[in-house]
Amino acid sequence: MLRVEKLAKSFAGFPAVGGADLEVRPGEVVAVIGPNGAGKTTLFNLIAGQLVPDAGRVVFQGEDIAGLPAHLVCRRGLARSYQVVQIFSRLTVFENVQLAVLARRRQGAVLWRPAAGLAREETRAILEAVGLEKLQGRLSGTLSHGDQKVLEMAIALGSRPRLLILDEPTAGMSPEETARTLQLLQELNRQGLTILFCEHDMAMVFAIADRIMVMHQGKTVIQGTPAEVRGDRRVQEAYLGAAEPC
Amino acid sequence: MAAPRDYPEKPGWFRLLPLVWLAAAAGAGFFLPRFYLYLASLILVAGLLATSLNLVLGHGGMYQFHHAVFYGIGAYAYALLTTRAGWPAAAAWAAAPCVAAVLALVMGLITVQLSKLYFGMLQISLGSLVWAIVYRWYSFTGGDDGIHGVPVPAALASSAGAYYFVLAVTAVSLALLFLVSSSPFGRIFQGIRDNPERCAAVGIDVRRHQLLGQVIAGFFAGVAGVLFVTVEGSVFPELLFWTLSLEIIIMCLLGGWYTFFGPLLGAAIIVVLRTFVGIYTEYWTLVLGVVLMLLIYFLPDGVLGVVRRRPSSAGGRSGEEC
Repeated sequence: MLRVEKLAKSFAGFPAVGGADLEVRPGEVVAVIGPNGAGKTTLFNLIAGQLVPDAGRVVFQGEDIAGLPAHLVCRRGLARSYQVVQIFSRLTVFENVQLAVLARRRQGAVLWRPAAGLAREETRAILEAVGLEKLQGRLSGTLSHGDQKVLEMAIALGSRPRLLILDEPTAGMSPEETARTLQLLQELNRQGLTILFCEHDMAMVFAIADRIMVMHQGKTVIQGTPAEVRGDRRVQEAYLGAAEPC
Repeated sequence: MAAPRDYPEKPGWFRLLPLVWLAAAAGAGFFLPRFYLYLASLILVAGLLATSLNLVLGHGGMYQFHHAVFYGIGAYAYALLTTRAGWPAAAAWAAAPCVAAVLALVMGLITVQLSKLYFGMLQISLGSLVWAIVYRWYSFTGGDDGIHGVPVPAALASSAGAYYFVLAVTAVSLALLFLVSSSPFGRIFQGIRDNPERCAAVGIDVRRHQLLGQVIAGFFAGVAGVLFVTVEGSVFPELLFWTLSLEIIIMCLLGGWYTFFGPLLGAAIIVVLRTFVGIYTEYWTLVLGVVLMLLIYFLPDGVLGVVRRRPSSAGGRSGEEC
């Protein structure tokens, strides 16, 4: 479904990503792990069109989408959430998700109909799925950090993606919120959604990932099953000193 | 689905309030003396102009630093079409806002390529270029003299006639702008204001959306421009000078740029202030400066923004319902 080949991006001469390879098959849950500064977020930005790569290919469903603007990447069925919360802080929770649904339905140029009456059912269904229905009237900027992270995901779901990319979905969440998010992701995957995510919470990674890609200093160290990754000597070296995965 | 909202749900009669205002404004036409009718007309024109600015400024979050250029071009288009081309008033009336919209489209194609402050600076530059042409091209635009005695249909020549015409057109325009701002287009525009990157990530072509916003705002600024000529009967280069742009930005800030009717209120305050303080001193902008300072310190969300008291930062008032 997604194949990343020799992807590279430098910032002012510093290679943030230099030779990343990644493969995501339909229906899989793939995790990207690596120490801080390994280039995970940059990799996601390159895949989803927030950044233009210097070199390499990003093949999504048979098409090279490297360098395509973000809105066109999204329209091809690839949605993402952000590590640092990126929501519409002056809109309500409901309006945040509804906006993504309206955008997917290409209703952005509809001028004479009130937005309030459109896409209600679908928006409500997403809010119920993620457990935000009780907060739907709240201004999103006033939510707790954990709830904003959930909203992050809900906005991405509003795009009804084929591939969902999550950048540290549980960072800053309470243990209960993390458990709920884990459950949600498993449920979404059961329904056929392909998920690519990066995470520092190793328990979560090993709990739901079918395969794991390890990044270190902008390069792919290995991509394999959890067992393969756990046993790999280079991975242990990359995490030098850090607690052994799991 | 009665979900708690962070800002108070408006009661039903609230929706009728604009109609009540409209009725009051229509009734006022019967007994207001001439001068006040003229003043009310100017308030409506400025209010429509400020509201059209606020579509891109407050809703779209664009640094629309030179909105007056579309207003001025709308006014000049009407004046030139009637005096130079000899068009009938009605035809010129319909065409002039479209000329403003086309200018907004052309300028927008260049300016929306940049974001935030750079967008605003480029808009000032291009707008000043248009102003310079109007200011210098004596043989066509009348230069700094402007054009006087622009023909207006007889029915609109009286103060009351002009007032009712301005009132009707402003009411219809505001209703349309209200529709636009609550449409999916307007909602997404607000999303772009809050977070353009996220908007792109959910599949919105941000620049095209902003361009459409420019055209709509430019069109209604053009409508305001033609209304001005209807009231005043003349045009002059100050209509598209950048200081006027600054003034309408202040109207939006003053009234509350996160509200729909705020700019109209701000326009009323400024026009009244200019008219009455202007009688006593030519330095009326001094008073404006003080008002503005007080505003920034005490009412950062504008007058209507405070009335609605919509919290923007953490710590909403409605209960946690987890």
